[in-house]
Amino acid sequence: MDELIFFINRVLISGTVLGSIYALGAIGITLIFGILRFAHFAHGDMMTMGAFVAFVLASALAAAGVVLPLPMGFVVLPVAMIITALLALGIDKGFYAPLRARGAKPVTLLIASIGVTLMMQGLLRLIFGSSTKSMYVAGESKDIFRIDMSWAGGTRPISITEPQVIMFVVTALIVVALHLFLTRSRLGKAMRAMADNAALAQVSGINTALVVRVTWVIAGSLACVAGTMLALDVALMPDLAFNIVLPIFAAAIVGGLGHAYGAIVGGFLIAFAETLAVFNWTAVLRPLNAILPEGMALPANLALVPTEYKLTVAFVILVVTLLVRPTGIFKGAST
Amino acid sequence: MSLPASLSASLQSPLRRGLILFAAMFVIVVITGVMQGGASILLILTQATAFALIALGLNIQWGYGGLFNFAIMGFLMVGGASTVFLSYPINPDFWTSDGPLMLGRALLAFLFGLCLVLLARQSHRIGITGKLKTTLVVIAWFAGYILYRSQIDPAAAYIESTAGFVGGLGLHPVLGWAFGGLVSAIIAFYIGKVSLGLRTDYLAIATIGISEILRALIKNMDWLTRGTMTVSPMPWPTPLPQNLQAMGFSISESFIYARLGFLALAVLILVLAFIIVQRAYGGPWGRMMRAIRDNHIAAGSMGKDVTGRQLELFIFGSILMGIGGAMLATFTQIFDPSGYQPINHTFMLWVMVIVGGAGNNWGVVLGAFLIYIVWVISDPLAQLIFVNLSVLTDSLGWGAIPEIDSRALQMRVFVLGVVITIALRYAPRGLLPETVRREG
Repeated sequence: MDELIFFINRVLISGTVLGSIYALGAIGITLIFGILRFAHFAHGDMMTMGAFVAFVLASALAAAGVVLPLPMGFVVLPVAMIITALLALGIDKGFYAPLRARGAKPVTLLIASIGVTLMMQGLLRLIFGSSTKSMYVAGESKDIFRIDMSWAGGTRPISITEPQVIMFVVTALIVVALHLFLTRSRLGKAMRAMADNAALAQVSGINTALVVRVTWVIAGSLACVAGTMLALDVALMPDLAFNIVLPIFAAAIVGGLGHAYGAIVGGFLIAFAETLAVFNWTAVLRPLNAILPEGMALPANLALVPTEYKLTVAFVILVVTLLVRPTGIFKGAST
Repeated sequence: MSLPASLSASLQSPLRRGLILFAAMFVIVVITGVMQGGASILLILTQATAFALIALGLNIQWGYGGLFNFAIMGFLMVGGASTVFLSYPINPDFWTSDGPLMLGRALLAFLFGLCLVLLARQSHRIGITGKLKTTLVVIAWFAGYILYRSQIDPAAAYIESTAGFVGGLGLHPVLGWAFGGLVSAIIAFYIGKVSLGLRTDYLAIATIGISEILRALIKNMDWLTRGTMTVSPMPWPTPLPQNLQAMGFSISESFIYARLGFLALAVLILVLAFIIVQRAYGGPWGRMMRAIRDNHIAAGSMGKDVTGRQLELFIFGSILMGIGGAMLATFTQIFDPSGYQPINHTFMLWVMVIVGGAGNNWGVVLGAFLIYIVWVISDPLAQLIFVNLSVLTDSLGWGAIPEIDSRALQMRVFVLGVVITIALRYAPRGLLPETVRREG
């Protein structure tokens, strides 16, 4: 039983946290690709920017002396989402819209998004310095819920922190809201139509400029949530999301670029693959030692991949997906 | 005709435009040299020469062939690691220990695993097809991986605990550079085979992923590359400052002459590469590559082997990247895998090629020198601005700016981003655009 609890603590919970972050980021990337047809490399830095917006707001609240039962990062999230969405719109207007108006190729937009990445990264470090900050500005303690498992014969509890619980709830809410928006609202249907065939959507009277703006608003606000959650889970630093933009791309591609549900599935898939690959299986399979004959005992470390190669797992999955099934699990708008 | 009008008219002619821009760059180099001193400008110029060589490699891939390659950092690391292996002095601790034997066993395990996979892939000959064959191949991969890991893990642990790392072969550094190019070519062959069939943005993401895999491997294979413990000092092909000091030069002079020697060798290699690349561009081979870049469907229907030719371009470009990466590692005398960053070693090269003018070798060399100098001098310039601002805010009673050093260092990343966005918007074809000569 203890082995199972260990598995839940180490794989299920941390995998779900990571998966939520990957999924929220990948939705943004996949929507932008579906509507604007280019790979938005600056998405990782948009996440970092969102996290810093939340950080500034939270610090301001804490400085004003507000004391709340929830972590400050979550309380300011709605405002931070709006600000990040506005910033995303501004970035589009300033850097991508002129290139689109000129009829530039998607590749040019991709390179432009790298320019935006560099500028944002430089600016963030210029303003906030390159040191690591804690998102828990008011010194909130992470409450840990321990679910006692003694009724099932376990000696250790399942432990989960309060921010993690809120993260699950927020992610679930956002996914449901996005689903309703895409399937029920006029605008959501217009977005899907434009992702399928931009020219046809325009001819049939869909306001494509509005759809583009809505895309940036959704992508920006989700990037803010993902970035803030990542900062709450790990710590806040300027190169926070730059390391994570590639797993997110992997998630979006594995799910099928342009496919919002695919991005969610891909996010969790990549996150669990990473977590399982570095998981030490000996911890779970130890009871087998009693059955195995003498001299065949399991080695102390039975991880598939050494921990330092954790990030490469996502890339290997990515490369294999691109080779075997370039359209992803769900057929994306990739042609 | 007024002066601005005549200037803009003369900018229309590609030759004059090139001459004016190169003259402007020369002036910038001289000014920087006067400001920063001779030894410092020689350091910048030598590194810029190596970057120009790498940018030429990228120009072959992107400018000639329209191939996206974001794995430049990976190739630079491969080049650096290769030259470490070939030119670093021999490590006797390793060769007298059981290390070579264990590595040999790991190699055997690797080859055996490879055979397993190859055999599994031929299993359709004995009637195993479809899903069953796929399963067999996956099992063979897995078995091969387990087998290799079971041999390499103890070997790596043993070498790291006894000898530190494998060490080098103690050969001449120039041979190491050539070896860097060779290893890069081999790796580029496999990367190209795997990923060149992909569309541009997929290719970009796949190559950036591959370059991260290469970085993780080189950073963590401590037994081969010493990983984060870094390898230094690397030998130079030309006399080191220390050698010159022993011959009676003063310290400041020894640095100038030593770097001058290295720079001469680097420029020689750059000129050689430039002549070959430029000749290839003008010849039938270059024409075919441009045809494939501009319309690969048309070129394919004319009987050109599109994927094969693209693989060729990818390999040629990567050779130059490997050599350039090896030169950089030798010049700095230290191989530090954690010093490689996508910004410095992949994106900066892209800025060089795009600002200079993709497809035009002169433009790319100009862009490489220009961007590298901008990159280097934005740090002290930003520092100057920040220090003055800090004095101002201090006098206004707002307090001084904290952490000026680390912040000013970030300014160059911002400047790089600004430069590329401006270039894309106002000069998308670069400072010296590609000129297509048309016959008749």
